[in-house]
Amino acid sequence: MTQSASALEIEVWRGAEEGSFQTFKTPRREHQTVLDVVTEIQREQDPTLSYRFACRVGICGSCAMVVNGRPRWTCRTRVSEVLENGNHIRLEPLRNLPIVKDLTVEMTAFFDKWKNARGYFEPGEKPAGDFAVVKPDSKKRRAVDESIECIGCGVCYSACDVVEWDKDYLGPAALNRAWTLVNDVRDQGNAARLDAISKSEGCQACHTHMNCTQFCPKGIAPTYSIAGLKRKVWWRAFWGIS
Amino acid sequence: MRASHTQRGFIAATLHRLSGIALAIFLPLHFLALGTALSGANALDSFLALTQQPAVKFAEWGIVVALAIHMSLGLRLLAIEFFAFREKSAAVLSACTAAVLAVGLVFLLNGG
Amino acid sequence: MNPKLFVAQRLSAFVLAAAVAVHLATILYAVRGGLSAGEILARTHGNLAFALFYAAFVIAVAVHAPIGLRNVLREWTPWRGRSLDIALALFSLLLLALGLRAVYAVYV
Repeated sequence: MTQSASALEIEVWRGAEEGSFQTFKTPRREHQTVLDVVTEIQREQDPTLSYRFACRVGICGSCAMVVNGRPRWTCRTRVSEVLENGNHIRLEPLRNLPIVKDLTVEMTAFFDKWKNARGYFEPGEKPAGDFAVVKPDSKKRRAVDESIECIGCGVCYSACDVVEWDKDYLGPAALNRAWTLVNDVRDQGNAARLDAISKSEGCQACHTHMNCTQFCPKGIAPTYSIAGLKRKVWWRAFWGIS
Repeated sequence: MRASHTQRGFIAATLHRLSGIALAIFLPLHFLALGTALSGANALDSFLALTQQPAVKFAEWGIVVALAIHMSLGLRLLAIEFFAFREKSAAVLSACTAAVLAVGLVFLLNGG
Repeated sequence: MNPKLFVAQRLSAFVLAAAVAVHLATILYAVRGGLSAGEILARTHGNLAFALFYAAFVIAVAVHAPIGLRNVLREWTPWRGRSLDIALALFSLLLLALGLRAVYAVYV
């Protein structure tokens, strides 16, 4: 399986906020993913290396890291796609979140912002007694479809310049989730949700850099979800509702 | 250079921001220059004479182009935000670039 | 940017989109063969439609530019809070005063 011994040169972030890169040499193998490489380093060379993964097949979203400057799921990134100068890869933890150690980040702030954006279903005081009929081709249902597949991996959040500039900004993932709920005809929490996402650190802080949309491994376009929220917020404020 | 900073959207937003800053700095000066007309056409003319210097001329061209950049990239934003445009291709940005180049070129050819 | 500033920012943007297009066309037309004060003033002197158009332009600018600068300063510098807002309110007044003075100057 090994094509040539010690063919890969992997720079890995070691430490927390303060730290440095450590270079490992690992064998180049066929169909190898970046996660395979990290696992091999941890098992064969340095058991103290910290990183996070679970499913290895792009379901769970826990193995996201910055690979050669770009946030990615390492389990779905083949080494051959990202090699620089023939054999070089640089691995860093996700940006915009506190580093716990090495390649692991503290994601609490990321998930707290989902709560702050009221990114959860609100059945209301009197939930509907029966199933809601939602036509699959209705406008709202299609808007939900485009944005619903998010698994909360944090790639967009890591790529977002606005989060970097304003630590309070809710970020692409939380706002994208809010947009799916705004379009959910069963949800009854939209007044409070629109209040929550229209604060200074809300959707209107987005500058349409589109890093989130460019890098989302699920092909979601949070930029357009946020644009949808901007329209809602704009017209509400225009008519003086908020 | 991090990967997100070579993306179209980032470049568009950065140009939009830098041209906006340039315009904000230039505008008070522009208004002051026009205000000299209060002291008669001669005063304005002596100011306009200043604009014949190559350096000033180049700065003027820059500010006209900055205005064109800021407007066309602003239209990009309004299109995405208010009219749900999708920037799937580079078409929007290319159109902006083309518009800016056209304005810049016409300004030059007209002997600004 | 709170929702009210957001409304003001984008509303002024729509006004400016139209105004700048007209202004750019005017510039490109006016600079043919060089500028002279006589030429400019001949066009603008006593022209009420012209004065009203540029007055609206100035007002939109005085709304738009300070809000944009506020975003830039908040994101690229540590300057926040009341002093920033006051400074930009003053900048808005400055643009408004100088701008309307300029419109008046070429109108009378």
